[in-house]
Amino acid sequence: MSTGNNSQLESNQRVTRFLLVVVVVMFCFGFALAPMYEALCKAFGINGRFVEIEQGVYDADKAMQQVKADRDRQVTVQFTASRNQNLQWEFRPMETSVVVYPGEVREVKYYAKNLTGKTVVAQAVPSVSPGQAAKYFNKIECFCFTQQTFKPGEAKEMPLRFVVDGKLPKKISTLTLAYTFFDTDQAGTKSKAQVDTVLRVAHNAK
Amino acid sequence: MSASKTMKKIGSLLCAGLVMLLPATVFADYKLNMTPSVTAVGQDIYNLHMIILWIVTIVGILVFGVIIYSLINHRKSKGVTPATFHESATVEFVWTVIPFIILVIIAVPATKTLLAIEDTSKSDITIKATGWQWKWEYEYLDSGVRFFSNLDKASNEARQVKSGKDPRKVENYLLDVDNPIVVPVNKKVRILTTSNDVIHAWWVPELAVKRDAIPGFINESWFKAEKTGTYRGQCAELCGKDHGFMPIVVNVVSDSEYSDWLAKQKKAAADADAGAGKTWSKADLMARGKEVYEKNCQACHMANGEGGGPFPALKGSKVATTGPVAAHIDLVLKGKGMMPPFGTQLNAVDTAAVVTFERNAFGNNTGDVVQPSQVSK
Amino acid sequence: MSDHKPTGIKRWLFTTNHKDIGTLYLWFAFTMFLVGGAMAMIIRAELMQPGMQVVDPLFFNSMTTMHGLIMVFGAVMPAMVGFANWMVPMMIGAPDMALPRMNNWSFWILPFAGTMLVSTLFMEGGGPAFGWTFYAPLSTTFAPKSTDFFIFAVHMLGFSSIMGAINIIATILNMRAPGMTLMKMPLFVWTWLITAFLLIAVMPVLAGAVTMMLTDRNFGTSFFSAAGGGDPVLFQHVFWFFGHPEVYIMILPAFGIVSQIIPTFARKQLFGYASMVYATAAIAFLSFIVWAHHMFTVGMPVAAELYFTYATVMIAVPTAVKVFNWTATMWKGAMTFETPMLWAVAFVFLFTIGGFTGLMLGVAPADFQYHDTYFVVAHFHYVLVTGAVFAIIAGVYYWLPKWTGNMYDEKLGKLHFWLSTISVNVLFFPQHFLGLAGMPRRIPDYAIQFAEFNFMSSLGGFAFGLSQLLFLFIVIKCIKGGEKATDKVWDNPEGLEWTVPSPAPYHTFETAPQIK
Repeated sequence: MSTGNNSQLESNQRVTRFLLVVVVVMFCFGFALAPMYEALCKAFGINGRFVEIEQGVYDADKAMQQVKADRDRQVTVQFTASRNQNLQWEFRPMETSVVVYPGEVREVKYYAKNLTGKTVVAQAVPSVSPGQAAKYFNKIECFCFTQQTFKPGEAKEMPLRFVVDGKLPKKISTLTLAYTFFDTDQAGTKSKAQVDTVLRVAHNAK
Repeated sequence: MSASKTMKKIGSLLCAGLVMLLPATVFADYKLNMTPSVTAVGQDIYNLHMIILWIVTIVGILVFGVIIYSLINHRKSKGVTPATFHESATVEFVWTVIPFIILVIIAVPATKTLLAIEDTSKSDITIKATGWQWKWEYEYLDSGVRFFSNLDKASNEARQVKSGKDPRKVENYLLDVDNPIVVPVNKKVRILTTSNDVIHAWWVPELAVKRDAIPGFINESWFKAEKTGTYRGQCAELCGKDHGFMPIVVNVVSDSEYSDWLAKQKKAAADADAGAGKTWSKADLMARGKEVYEKNCQACHMANGEGGGPFPALKGSKVATTGPVAAHIDLVLKGKGMMPPFGTQLNAVDTAAVVTFERNAFGNNTGDVVQPSQVSK
Repeated sequence: MSDHKPTGIKRWLFTTNHKDIGTLYLWFAFTMFLVGGAMAMIIRAELMQPGMQVVDPLFFNSMTTMHGLIMVFGAVMPAMVGFANWMVPMMIGAPDMALPRMNNWSFWILPFAGTMLVSTLFMEGGGPAFGWTFYAPLSTTFAPKSTDFFIFAVHMLGFSSIMGAINIIATILNMRAPGMTLMKMPLFVWTWLITAFLLIAVMPVLAGAVTMMLTDRNFGTSFFSAAGGGDPVLFQHVFWFFGHPEVYIMILPAFGIVSQIIPTFARKQLFGYASMVYATAAIAFLSFIVWAHHMFTVGMPVAAELYFTYATVMIAVPTAVKVFNWTATMWKGAMTFETPMLWAVAFVFLFTIGGFTGLMLGVAPADFQYHDTYFVVAHFHYVLVTGAVFAIIAGVYYWLPKWTGNMYDEKLGKLHFWLSTISVNVLFFPQHFLGLAGMPRRIPDYAIQFAEFNFMSSLGGFAFGLSQLLFLFIVIKCIKGGEKATDKVWDNPEGLEWTVPSPAPYHTFETAPQIK
């Protein structure tokens, strides 16, 4: 062919090799965007998701000290519930809103009932609005930590224990916590163990 | 306000001027410019839009003016000899800096407006808007009022493929719903958006709110309408087949009208609960069932119950005639295949009514009367 | 080697000749342009009047989706690669592309990918109907089975583009004739070099995005589903990280073509060559850091909205520099208005209008009102149709005599220009008004208040569509014969391509030319 001499061939190969490496790197970068996004969201509360706190890790004593400092401040927390893809469950908060002091540990309950004739495994997904409040909304106990299995017709009251961090920006006086129940079969999602892995990877990436 | 009015006028003229191709009088009745808003923030957005529109128009006139002058005068047929300049550091520097300065001028009001828009604190009412394929569900978090809002019946009939109905004769075609949301005037209304399935977007141009509704997440936005009236909008994010047919209607009313409405809604909900316990007459069930059918079932099973394409006929079908009533109820509540479950959208009365209707309409004439008490959830 | 070339189907199947492959790319692009255009006609027919007269809403959504995908990946991108194949080696004095066999591959993947994409329309459940941006979860949990084939087609298109881009970069970096330094390269070559790097950077990201879709759909991952700890908004971030550079991939080569044509017919050197190169590079760089301006309404923190607003409007600076440079090139020139020049001048005017609306859309608070309306549709059709497509047509008229050895019919060319330019404005200008008045995009039916402008837009659409059949006729007529073109074709144009005979022989610059 007329592509020229050997040195030309070599430099063509060199350029091609280099560019192929770039292609592979960028392909991986596409996937890396997932944990990067997760980390960013957690750091800045971008999509209203919580900071995950494992049970008992939260220092309740320290939180109670903050209560004193913030006695003059109150925050209204609203609760709401949704079901994804018309999941045939009754699902609602048992209190629609509570007023709390920052640092105070509160417990509220959600009620859920499986209206279908079959056993349903569902995952509750929390979301907080405004988004920047998400990282100051810490849950100590939550039914969203694990998948919930409901037998046909089964009803449960599910507790949620939470603390609003005293560092919550001053201009936020009301925040809303929304839960959406997804049927794991319908959503075709990973097991909780896999979800945890993803979250941990994201956490480490941060 | 007169300044902004003048601006509005000039803005419309400006836009009209841009279509000089066509006689200006043709456009007397048509909206050429951004919909003015009834909220302060919306008016800020409108003014910001006008500022940018003015800037680009002036820049456009200048640049296009130079080009047109050049096209007319610097042509070979005029016998000119081409100049030979091909760069000038000064000129190039100047025309890099000028756009930059203009951008800074735009950025200042843009930043101010944006900060105002994103301040959702201290709201008076919170409404959760949940997008469904293809309708909206509203929940007043403070008062517990909750309802679905579907495309209104007249529009829904006219919008069917080859419906034979003239959309021009339908009032507010595609922009009307059966249950509008009602909010008080001069109150800060916080809108939370989320979704039951795919991403939707809640948009009312006159309230200057557009916010995506994302499944599993909650978003917020707000408006404070300064004028009573009816404001209409649509879903703005492609959400599947009937994306174009899930409008939004907001009635902004006085405080007292709002509390009346709220009381009525609460009473209606209580009545529905009470209705579930009592025994209904066949005529009442048929009338109510027809309404429920038209709203929920007709799009697929058609008005004559004959279905079409992938949608099965109800007319003469086993489920709706000889099959057991319980199975029929079950199908309505739980859905099957492409048919969505209606269990969480229809209460016991509605379910009983629509099943009664389907078993007696379209010549099915089974004579069955289904009572709300038979509908166990 | 002599000017021998194989004949028959084998010539085209096995060819490694850059001119043959360029021709194949251009014909493929034109075919897809007609297919995508036919879909646009269906869309405009449905929207001509309120009410549903022609198609059902789901098929309408398939049409908007496929129209977008086909025009982007099937028409505009392959057409630009076609120009690169034909012109880059001739402009830098190279005998062929650096990797001729890969070149054959990268073309022949395309027809298969295109066929697979179109075939999804005939599958059970219909074709993709989630918009060319295929947002999750509409494209994952809620999409028809054919979506997996759509994903595979996108993978193949991506492979093709990446291979094409590698080839172009290798050619430009390694195959330049002695003396052809980087800063002596024609601007078209420069814009393609930068475009090719953009392709290398973002096509793999798109491949990643559709792969994640594939595993979400079929293998139980949940990148884009909240139920398993994912987020549908992540999809939009990944998509637009690809998508914004993608729109520059379509427009930068267009800038290059116009920058070749205007100096020729102004009989004056391109003004500000160096600043053109830097502006192109600046636009390419900015394209990586502005993606989220496509998603201002998803609910981002204020700081992010402010950042993306500022970064986005910055793009206006290098773009303005380009428009000013073209203006200064025409200024005090001795212009004539042959068909290519007409298209190029129209490009400058109409692309600038698209640029203005782009600036408006980039400002977050105003975008809350414009977003997902016909204002956006008008904007991107001004930059892509009267921008990219006009430049492609201008380029075809400009180089057609060099490719075929015959002059095209000037009278018909001008007729084609005037018909297209008038109709395209009747088609897209009223869409600005529709968007401002509140008409959302991607809807098959609309409120009565939008009826008049939609009717007008549809008439313009049909006229513009029909005008392009005239283009096909003109091109075929020119290939078949016509007045013989001189080697220079135009009045003293600059560039190595004009130093070879017309039509350009099968092999050119087998011995490298010397650039002074």
